Amino acid sequence: MALLEIRDLDVHYGAIHALQGIALTVAAGQIVTLIGANGAGKSTTLRTISGLRRPTAGTLVFDGQSLVGKPPHEIVRLGIAHAPEGRGIFANFTVAENLEIGAYARHDKAGIAADRERVLTLFPRLRERLQQSAATLSGGEQQMLAIARAVLARPRLLLLDEPSLGLAPQVVQTIFQIIREINAAGTTILLVEQNAHMALQTAHYGYVLEVGRIVMHAPANELERSDEVRRAYLGVA
Amino acid sequence: MRLGVGTLLRNLAPLVVGVALASILHFWIQPASGAFATKVLVDIGINVILAVSLTLVNGFTGQFSIGHAGFMCVGGYVAAAVTYYGSHRLYGDAFLHGGVLSWTAGQGGVAGPLLAGGDLLFVVACLLGGLAAAVAGYVVGLPSLRLRGDYLAIVTLGFGEIVRVLFQSTQPQLFLAGEIQSQSTWRLGTMLGGALGFTSVPFYSTLFWVYAFVALTLLATYRIKQSGYGRAFLSIREDEVAAEAMGVHTTRLKVRAFVLSSFFAGLAGALFAHSIGSINAGELGFQKSFDVIIMVVLGGMGSISGSTLAAIILTILPEVLRTATEHVNRYLPESYALPDLRMIIYSLALIVMMIVRPQGLFGLHEIWDFRKKARRHEGT
Ligand SMILES: Nc1ncnc2c1ncn2[C@@H]1O[C@H](COP(=O)(O)OP(=O)(O)O)[C@@H](O)[C@H]1O
Ligand SMILES: [Mg+2]
Repeated sequence: MALLEIRDLDVHYGAIHALQGIALTVAAGQIVTLIGANGAGKSTTLRTISGLRRPTAGTLVFDGQSLVGKPPHEIVRLGIAHAPEGRGIFANFTVAENLEIGAYARHDKAGIAADRERVLTLFPRLRERLQQSAATLSGGEQQMLAIARAVLARPRLLLLDEPSLGLAPQVVQTIFQIIREINAAGTTILLVEQNAHMALQTAHYGYVLEVGRIVMHAPANELERSDEVRRAYLGVA
Repeated sequence: MRLGVGTLLRNLAPLVVGVALASILHFWIQPASGAFATKVLVDIGINVILAVSLTLVNGFTGQFSIGHAGFMCVGGYVAAAVTYYGSHRLYGDAFLHGGVLSWTAGQGGVAGPLLAGGDLLFVVACLLGGLAAAVAGYVVGLPSLRLRGDYLAIVTLGFGEIVRVLFQSTQPQLFLAGEIQSQSTWRLGTMLGGALGFTSVPFYSTLFWVYAFVALTLLATYRIKQSGYGRAFLSIREDEVAAEAMGVHTTRLKVRAFVLSSFFAGLAGALFAHSIGSINAGELGFQKSFDVIIMVVLGGMGSISGSTLAAIILTILPEVLRTATEHVNRYLPESYALPDLRMIIYSLALIVMMIVRPQGLFGLHEIWDFRKKARRHEGT
């Protein structure tokens, strides 16, 4: 069953036609990845889903409801959380305060406490640094915080924008392991990555985006084997 | 939500303490310290309300309003007109009809019962002034806060000027009891004195009332900062897009902060008008807005106690400087006399501040946060 269904999506930045007729389906319970080079339109896709950007044409349907025209704060309450590119953590807040604002749209105190405990178990490094200001975290820890904060919104669909960006390989492994665990616990994930290798190893299904168009889509393991993807994104000659 | 008696008490306790302090100032400090010290204390209170309310917008939500004096003006005129014309309607004159709470040392006030009719009229006028300013804040804030960026600065700057021109082009004030009685209430609302300002406002702003409203302002802003709302406000200032992605309704919160800030600015204007007995839009222009911005910037954008402290210092400083310059000038030949040093010192202080501590004295923090932090560091 499709949790998110995007059809004929067009997005412009002034005269720049950033997304040109995108179609994309995210099945409930899966990790779906969107790979592509810098500037392909990956972040724009996520921003449009979470309502930060208005589409010029097309439909976005989440769990039977249209997202078009809905402001971000309503979309969060429908069950979509976005860990934005560049992490968007609140640098002057402590780790604990960042987590608290992640649950801003929720009011079930007991549920929030349980989820907070769950993410702190997933990310023990955050537990050690709860009272520390987020600005003092390392890049990897900031990324963990961005993901943990998004999880605290208790989303049915989690949008992750380049969680591996700028991180050491060791840390990338940890992050992707946790992404799998979050998914295993029942959260559907749309994962945007330039690191096609890790993304395709983690995801169930993949889309390839090139300058605003989807050029290929298939189950992740098929994409990983395809010659074009190997040449263009996995650096295999 | 159920409100336990304990919670209620805990929430009201600061206000009770504030009112108690206001009473001490009023009944003990005021008679002992004389008219000049009383005037400075009243000015401090009014400036604290102005600075703390501006911190709500320029500090908490990270927007930039430069028209705070405009809201002060709206509140001041509305409240002054309500007490002046209202007093005429109720009592046939515009003298003090307050009780012991508006008894004013050295100003020939009246001592009466604890809370007399005049006091009530004055409090209602202050609240109406605040409400009028809040409405103005909504009208100004809604369109400009929808957009990201510096629109608010531009619009509030324009607003301040429009307010000034509007009040300066009102009809002459009426002074004769007979004339006032024969006018309709709505007509009286347009008779605000024009370029001459609105005068003969009864002096209800005693230390008690000023500091009772200071306590209310501090309590309200501090509660907001501590609440979930407060965190949401600060998240807007930190990163507006990320805040939106967290589900914070940024436009609505920015407008709320702005409306609340305007309310308190209007309240300050009301207290101001009743402290000097008049209000003149010509004297509440950009310069006044700028004075308040300096207090907020120096105190720390987002620090309630910092803004309060800065407001206190920057109210006393000009008085001290003025006295000091007068003393020095007495020994200098006239052609070498020192000019008014206030603006020079302000500018220097701002420059030094921007270099040494751009986040202001306290940044986002409250004064007591630093003690906590120090303890935490000792612990680890
Ligand atoms: N705020 C913006 N204003 C103008 N153009 C933008 C903006 N954000 C992105 N773009 C353009 O849209 C295209 C897609 O960008 P983006 O979605 O960020 O790509 P990706 O995330 O795949 O690197 C690029 O050509 C980029 O220059
Ligand atoms: Mg991107």
